Order: sequence, then C-alpha cells, then structure tokens
Amino acid sequence: MPDFAVIGKPFPRVDGGAKVTGQAVYADDVVLPRTLHCKILRSPHPHARIVSIDTSAARRIAGVKAVITGADLPVKFGILPVTQDERALEHEKVRYVGDPIAAVAAIDEEIAAAACDAIEVEYEVLEPVMSIEDALRPAKDERIQDYGGPDNIHKLVALEFGDVDGGFARADHVREDVFFFQGNTHLPMEQHSAIATYVDGRVTLWSSTQVVHYVHRALAKVLELPLHRIRVVGAAHGGGFGGKTDPFAHEIVVSKLAMITGRPVKCTLTREEVFYAHRGRHPVLMWVRTGVTRDGRITAMHFRSALDGGAYGSYGVASTFYTGVLQPITYDIPAYRFEGCRVFTNKPPCGPKRGHGTPQPRFALELHLEKIAHDLALDPAELKRKNFVKPMTRTVNWLRVTSCGLEECADKVLRASGYRDRKRMAGHGMGFAISSYLSGAGTAIYWNDMPHSEVQIKVDRGGVTAYCGAMDIGQGSDSVLAAIVAEQLGLQPKDVRLVTADSDSTPIDLGSYSSRVTFMAGNAALEAARKMRAMLVEAVEASGRRYEDVKFEEACVLAEAKFGTLVSAGSYTPPKIAGPYKGSGVGPSPAYSYSACVVDLDADARTGLVHINKVWIAHDVGRAINPLLVEGQVEGSVYMGLGEALMEEQEFRKGLHKWPSMLEYKSPTFLDVPEMETFIVETDDPEGPYGAKEAGQGPLLPVIPAVNAAVFDALGVWIDETPVTPEKIVEALRRKDKGEPPRVGPAGFPAIPYPAVIKVEPPPKDLSVTPASI
Amino acid sequence: MKNELKRDVERVLLTLDVNGERSQLLVPVHKTLLEVLREDMGLTGTKHGCELGECGTCTVLIDGQPVLSCLSLPVQVQGRAITTVEGLATGSELHPLQQAFAELGAAQCGYCTPGILLASRALLDVNPKPTRDEIREALAGNLCRCTGYVKILEAVELAADRMHA
Amino acid sequence: MARELGPKAMFVAGGTDLYPKLKRRQFDVEALIGLDFLDHRIDGGTVGAGATLADVSSHARVPRGYAQAAGLVSSPPLRNAGTAGGNLCVDTRCNYYDMTYEWRKAIGFCMKKDGDICLVAPSSPRCWAVSSSDTAPMAIALGATVVVAGDDGEREAPVAALYRDDGIDYLAKQPHEIVTEIRLPASARMTSAYVKLRRRGSIDFPIAGAAVALELDGDVVDSCRIVLSAVASHPLEAVAAGEFLAGKRLDAEVIRAAADLAAKPAKPLDNADLTHFWRKRMVRVVVEQALAEATSGLGSAV
Repeated sequence: MPDFAVIGKPFPRVDGGAKVTGQAVYADDVVLPRTLHCKILRSPHPHARIVSIDTSAARRIAGVKAVITGADLPVKFGILPVTQDERALEHEKVRYVGDPIAAVAAIDEEIAAAACDAIEVEYEVLEPVMSIEDALRPAKDERIQDYGGPDNIHKLVALEFGDVDGGFARADHVREDVFFFQGNTHLPMEQHSAIATYVDGRVTLWSSTQVVHYVHRALAKVLELPLHRIRVVGAAHGGGFGGKTDPFAHEIVVSKLAMITGRPVKCTLTREEVFYAHRGRHPVLMWVRTGVTRDGRITAMHFRSALDGGAYGSYGVASTFYTGVLQPITYDIPAYRFEGCRVFTNKPPCGPKRGHGTPQPRFALELHLEKIAHDLALDPAELKRKNFVKPMTRTVNWLRVTSCGLEECADKVLRASGYRDRKRMAGHGMGFAISSYLSGAGTAIYWNDMPHSEVQIKVDRGGVTAYCGAMDIGQGSDSVLAAIVAEQLGLQPKDVRLVTADSDSTPIDLGSYSSRVTFMAGNAALEAARKMRAMLVEAVEASGRRYEDVKFEEACVLAEAKFGTLVSAGSYTPPKIAGPYKGSGVGPSPAYSYSACVVDLDADARTGLVHINKVWIAHDVGRAINPLLVEGQVEGSVYMGLGEALMEEQEFRKGLHKWPSMLEYKSPTFLDVPEMETFIVETDDPEGPYGAKEAGQGPLLPVIPAVNAAVFDALGVWIDETPVTPEKIVEALRRKDKGEPPRVGPAGFPAIPYPAVIKVEPPPKDLSVTPASI
Repeated sequence: MKNELKRDVERVLLTLDVNGERSQLLVPVHKTLLEVLREDMGLTGTKHGCELGECGTCTVLIDGQPVLSCLSLPVQVQGRAITTVEGLATGSELHPLQQAFAELGAAQCGYCTPGILLASRALLDVNPKPTRDEIREALAGNLCRCTGYVKILEAVELAADRMHA
Repeated sequence: MARELGPKAMFVAGGTDLYPKLKRRQFDVEALIGLDFLDHRIDGGTVGAGATLADVSSHARVPRGYAQAAGLVSSPPLRNAGTAGGNLCVDTRCNYYDMTYEWRKAIGFCMKKDGDICLVAPSSPRCWAVSSSDTAPMAIALGATVVVAGDDGEREAPVAALYRDDGIDYLAKQPHEIVTEIRLPASARMTSAYVKLRRRGSIDFPIAGAAVALELDGDVVDSCRIVLSAVASHPLEAVAAGEFLAGKRLDAEVIRAAADLAAKPAKPLDNADLTHFWRKRMVRVVVEQALAEATSGLGSAV
C-alpha cells in the first residue's frame, strides 16, 4: 500500500466533537426569533377526490397567521423530470392516507394543530388500490394517476441482451422461482424538519435533506422564484438512508408560509408523518428463470419484477430499472432478459432506501442460485463463485466492471466463518451471499453535461477551507473531504475547515444518494487539492526549499505573495459509459463495490424463532480513506439488512399504514444484533479517489438472502419472502411435514402486459476492446 | 364561535436543576421536560425521535438514572438533578465517554448519541467495568439506525477502561 | 379530589403509559393527579405502588418471578420511571387503539375510544383490547394482594380481583381509587418465573407471557398457579393446568401436558404483533419455559 499520512488511517470524524456534546445543529434545533410553527393537514382517505376545502374557521383562530392549500402551490414537482406528479398540498385528489392537503402557520404548535382540525374538507371517496394484483386490474372508480397505464401501471420496461432463448436451449437445467420482498422504511432517528425565512425577497431554508440541490430546484419551480433567490442549507443530519432524498411537501410549505407571513416558519414531522413521507423500500414481487450447465455455469437468465410503487412517481422509474440492471454485475450472465413493471397503489410513495431497488432482486437472485445449487447437488458458494464476474470486463448489459474484489471478499468470509466445514445439524445453519453496488450513478437525475460534484479550496493565513455542496448525512462525507485535502496538503484532517451543503456558498454536489459522495466529491476535492498543492509547492520551491521542509503557514505566505488570492477548484464528471440503448442510463457507475457475507444462525423448529449468532462480512471498498468510517458503514448496513431480513415491514390494513410508530415498526435494539466481523478488502480502483469506492449501501444487500439461506441450511425450508418471521418458518415446516413444497412465499407471478423486448447486442466482454457502437 | 380555541393555558413556575444550574421558568403546565429543555432552556442537545417513549432518543438523567424526557413532566422532577448531554463535559474537557464516542466513530448521524451517552454514563456510574452484555442491557432502550451498535459498544468499553486505568 | 374532578381527571405515577396516550388523544383529561406521594419502598413482601420497576427488578428480596417480570417491562429508561402500581393498572392494548387521533379517525374510531364498534371483531359487542401487564400475571400467580385506597378508605384484595375481562372496563376498581401497595406472600417453598414473548429483546409489550409460581414438596408440586399475559383482556389464569400439576412430579412430559392445558383458554386475536395463530401456539412454549425456569436449579427432573 502506498505511503499515506492520512488516507487509510482511522482518524476521528471531523464532526465528532459537535455531535458528542450536543452542539451539532439539526434542523429542529435552529431557533430564530418570531418563528411560527407549521402543521400539515393530511388525508384520512387512501383515495378520494377533494370536493371542497373550507379553511375559514381555521383562519379565525387566534394565533393563526396563515393557512394555505394546494391552490396556493399549484405547480407540480417530483424528483425525476419524467414524473412531476406531486403537489406540496393536494387540492384536487388525495392518493394515500397522509397525503398533504393544507398547512397552517401559527404562533405555537398546538394552535397550528387546532387550526388543522378546524379545516373542513369534503371528499368524494374512491375505491383504493392496495396491492400489485389490484393495480393490474381495471380501476373500480378511477386510476390513481392520470399517466402510465394500462390500469394502474406506472412504468413498463423490457430489455434483452444476447441470445436468451439460445442460452436456455443450451442449459442442462432450468429453474424458475418466485420471490417477494416486503416493503420497509428508513426510520431515521431524526424526524424530518425544515425551517424557512423570507428576507429581502429571498427564501432561505434549513432542512434535514440528503439532496440540497434537488430541494433547491424544486423550491424554485414550485415557488416560481429564480434559483438565486433561494438558499438551501443542509442542517446537521439525523439520518437519511434514502428517506430524505426527495424534495418534500413540508420543505416547500414552510418556504411558502415564510413568504406569506414574513416570519420564520418551522415544520417538524411527527414520527407518524415520517412514515407517510416514506419513499422507502418498494415491495417487489419477482419471477426469475435461469439456465445452467451441469457444473453450474449460468447460460441465460430471465428476470421479471413488479414493484408496488405507492401513490406517486418519486424515484420509481429508476427503482424499476434497478430491480433489473445489477444482476449481471455480480454474476457473469451471458444472455439476460429483464422485464420490469411498477404500479401505483394508494400507499405512501416508495423510493430509494439503502441499496435502491437492488436488495430485492439481490434477495431473489441469491436464493434462486441457492436452489439451483441444491437441485444440482453443488455447494451453493461454489456455484456462485463459478459465475463471479471478473475485473476489467463488460457485462452483457453494457456495465463496465473495473476493480472487483469479489473473489477476495468471498474467500475472507468463507474462511473466517468456516462455512465449508460447518456442522450440519438440524436447527443450525449458515448462509452465504454476495452483492455489488454503485459508487454513484453515472448519469444525473436531470439531463445535463455539468459536473456531478465540485469543490473549491481557499487558502489564506495558514488556513485551508474546502467548499463543497456535499451533505454529510452521518456517513462521514465531511471527514472524507477533509482527509483528502489534508493528505494532499500535508496537513491533518482537523486542520481543514469545511463549508458544505449550502447552495449559496458552496459549489454544487448532487447530494448524498447512490453512494456517490466519496467517489465524486472525493475526486473533485482531490483535483482541487492537487491544484492548490501545486501552487504551494511552486512558490516554496521558488524560494529554493522543499515543500515538506517548510511550515504550512510559511508556504501559504510564499504562495499568496506569488499568485495573489489562493483559490483552486476541482470537479468530477463521471465517464460516459452508458450502453447504446434506451434505458441504459440507470446502472452505469464509474465503479462498483463488492461484498460477501456469511450469516450463522440457530432456528428453532418448534417456535420458528431465529437467533443470529454471527455475521461475517467482507467489503471491497477499493481503498478505505478512513477504515473507521468504512467499518461504521458496513456494520450499519449489516444492522439494517438484519432488520429487513427478520422484522422490518411496512404493512397496510383497511387502506392505512398498519403501524406508523417506532413501537410497532420493529427496529432491532442493542439486544437483537449479533456479533459482526468486518473485513475491508482494497482493490485500488483506477478511478476512485486514492482508489476508493462506496461503502454505505452495498454491504446491506447480501445480509438478507444470507439469512434465508441459513434458515434453509438449518431447517430445510425456504422462506421466499421477507421478513423471515417465526410464523412463516412454522408454517413452512408444517407444509414440509405434510409433504407439500417446504416453502412460504408468493404462489405465482401475475400476468403483466410487458411490451416487446428491446433487443440489445452485448458489448465485447474485454474492457480493453472498444465496442464498435460507441 | 364554533372553532374558537380556548387559550386559558395554565402555567406553572418551575425550579429546575439542570446540569448543576438552577433555573426558574414559567411554562405551560402540560409541556414535557423534553419541550422545556429544548424550547425554554435552549438545551437542544436533547433530541427527539418519536415523543412517545418508543425510541430512547430523548434520554436524560434524573438523579443519575436514565429516563425519557418526552415522558416526564417538569413539575414532577423539580428538586431533582437533571443531566443533559450539555452537562457531560467538564468545561471544555470531554467526558471519557464523549471522547471515546468521538474517537471510535460511535456517532454517525449523531442524533441518538446524546441519549446513548447519558444512558452509558448512568451505567458506568454504577458498574464501572460492565461486560458487553451488561452494556447491551443498559442501552436496550436506545435505538440507533446508523451504527449497528458495534462502535457504540466499543466506545463504552474504551471509556470504561480509561476511567479505571 | 379525584371524585370531585370526575372522569376528566386521571392519576399519574411514572407516566410511561399515560403520557403517550394523552399525546395520541386516547384519553380526554383536564387534570392529572400526581401520585408522587405513593410509597416507593420495597420490603420483600410489600412493594410500595410507587416503587419503580427498575427497583423491583433489582431487589434481592422480592420473589424471583416478580423481579423478572418487572425487569422485562419495556426498556431501561421506562423501567426507571414506570412503577409497580402503574404496571398493574396499565391500559389494555390493541393496535387499532394505540394510535394517534388522526389515524384512529381515518380508520374509523373503535368502541374503546370515540367509536362504537370493535375493529378486531366487528360483530362483537365487547372490546377485545389485550391485557399487557407483565407483572400482573406474576402477582396473581404468586397469590399477591393489592391495597386499594379511595376516599372511603382502604381495602385489600387479591390482585386477580383487580381485573375484569373487558377491554374497556378492565379494572375492577372505582376511578377515584388508587393501588397503594402490592403484598407478596412469603413462602420459602415457593418458586416462580416469568417468561415473556416479544419480537425484540427490549421495548416491546408482551405478545404472550407465562407467569408460574409453584410450591414444591421436594420435587413434587404442592400447588401451582399459571397465569398468562397478553392473551385476553385480563391476566388469564390457566386454572386447569395449575390443578393438573398439583401432586405431580415435574418431568418433561408433565410439563408438556400442563402447557397444553394452559394454552387452551388463551385466545389471542389479530390486534397485536405477529399472527394470533402463532401467538396461540407460543403460549404452550412460554408456559413450558416458565415451568422449567421456575424449577431450574432446584434439582428437579426437568
């Protein structure tokens, strides 16, 4: 490993001190004089037309300063340009219980709540659509959205790469399976919060958001103000996991109310409202068919997904593609057909949660291969390994694999866990699974040719300040920026001052989503820091000395004297590597992380109760800029994966979220988490900053199928859906005892009117061969 | 008038001992300790995750014992020693727990951190060398979504070691 | 005072049950009467109603099962506030009821609050909210009594007599009466245990639970009481199972037979975590575990 002073060292986080003393200022901690409190009135119906809204009684309440409805904010917005289907407040139609209708600004929260109670809304109730199956049938009253179709279908995708029929014909064994991944939510500890001011014709919003830039754009659109009259600041962030990656109603509403009242307006969601804001994991029904040779080599795969999207588009089009595009990034699939479908239902909209659209197919794919291995009497780990992708290759769907530590990751966890030599006894099991994830989406959410991340560095009087739009959501992106700048300039991370996530004072970064920040902001910081270093070195060397021999303060004086004001800038634009076909924009990333995981558990045949003994996880992060942060991301991913595998689920009953509370939505406690052993694998990615790739999402993915595989190992039953609850295990064992298929899972996959597939010629596999069509 | 709000809010004069400082405040009688700390005393280090007693985020110490400030009424804790995260450090010197949490990355988003620090401090006050299982038990009312708890357990152990080195 | 204020006044001790419910507007209250004056001392056989659950759980002289039950309530910070008296009186629960006003309004109010039907069993004339106390079943199994004080004086009654099999009117006491003391019979021959089933290791209410208390003569059961939590609107005593065990030597087979008997009267419904079929099945398991636990270390043939 190269000799670094900072990179690769376990430095404390730069924001650690503020966070352990309670001095970090989260959005709800922002206190401004004369602040008004905002409450939002939400729909009690899953599906209804709004006949009338009468706010007159609410307006008459003493202490109420403003009441607004959708008529005040009619412009639609949405995170994706193709699905601008949301209103901050809906005045024509509500589409889920919790859909915002009206908002009040009042002198205190209780008055605001009382005013919401006083708003009278007349509804024409419509038949709700609460399942994928319902959404595929003609609507009883009317469709949820007025685009997409037929019926309540939002999006259909059908792509084929290579000769799939030929691949199946060549196979010695073909297997089909159906899986269901239940929806679940991010559950950040911090409830969403935003506070806005309107001073001198300018809106300023502090928010707990992951995407300062996209909130900025949405505000400009809906408030009908130019971008330069709006400032969005990312406050200290109490957890996102993808749940704060859309522009939200409350952010727009407080801005509008500040414009109307001329006073600061704050809105902090209740925990129940956080469940309605959602944008969490899509429930996905999946069908997969794979052909293999006798020795377990994949010859072809056909994958179908049906996503329950909830009531709005959100990231759904991208989510739909994500359920299909990453299968070939872990396994070498020579021919691949993907058909995807997202439907609208009358539930809070789903969107990106850690792993965005890929944990579901990962779950299906890993278990499907387990079953194939079982059919062929092969060791599942060996079968999987036989099909691993290789570094420096292209996948059949045109994704570019550069560094790839899959072999090493698998090796680490298989060895450490003793998977191959595990004791085979009833009630004890081990499961192995792998995964991969993007280090940032290769294409921007809205079409443009600008960089995805930019960093400026200013040096004066011995001080270094780095400016970047990146938002630290707890993953440690500020610490990564500081480490990279410090390494280049020969300083310590704590010597680097940071200004981040402020649309007024920092250059752009697209936000903390798709695991893009270390890779993209890191590369931008590296470029800016290298330029700054070059100036400093040139000035010092002009004085006849070496940079390393001069105190930084003196180097600054020399350089400022020579060059004037010391500023530098760097930016990062991902390479244009998307394949030559429509829909190729989702999936490409400048680099992919790889993970492998083994779960060891005990499962009780009588009760169905599962006890996780230990999780081994190895993650190819390219290079650990800070191993402490990488471990933290990996451990947190394992935690969240276990939660999804065992207990987290978003269920609906009578049109409502069944349990929008932290008591009934089960998040594992200190007593529910096993020992974990983490291995960091470094493959020195050619394009990552110092060779680094992502760490925050990929390691969640293999944990979930590894749990189900281990349950099979322990009890011989397949739980082909999440979460693995004890009642499902008991039921599967009952079926097994009766001689029925030993599984609990979806019975079948519905008929979906997928369009004709777009056939795409695969690229040359070898990365060094340039494809003819690019 | 039909929806005219009754606003005869009863207020009480409170004397609260927070972090060794005694304050008098006139606040609505129904406000929770969480709300009084954050809104009336400017102690925003105490966070909230559910305000219904389900997540542990708002944990503070009352006479050294962790309780949830979202389920405490200030009138009931008058005359008792209340400690919030702001009261952990001595001057600018961090408490060993704070130091260990910062060093080991036990705070990621940091939002559950104040509550967990206080629950940890209460544990170490009565059990200076807890086992890992004892730490898990003591912190079992505090949810964290970022860390998987691993770094938190390590940080509490490190702080315990240092405090009794 | 409580009588004067009428139904708009409620007592509050630790507040861990009451305050969330006030926030969710499950109670309409104009006045709270603090019970800070309640005795919080624990003296082996007597537990002041104001004693915190944390203190009960760590007290060396209360019966083991009772300490276990107190130590399994919710989570550490709630046990530091919640009281022994409060846990006996904890409101019955239902996942159609323990929700915010807005949620309950959206789904349609139930008879326990603001409505007139039961959403779990719509044709039922009664409310099926679930008794969710951990310590009440244990106290009943132990044969404990409570002292109840009202403005017309004090009375002592068996803990079991504190409950009614009704999700709404679940406490057999006057609204102005308060539980002031729990009296646990002392018997050197008595052994007890409480086993709680819940999804997570902490925070959660019971979704099934078994409290057992046995008096043993050597390894022969003299008497045994088994009381179940979270399977009915009141702590449910499995009388037949207790009687079955009397005079028997505890071995695995006897325990299994007793557990089968104990599970019979349990009727969990679809208003708590996980399916009621599974919870019903698990009643047997928790009873077995509690019997085994109660007699562990006693040299019996379990």
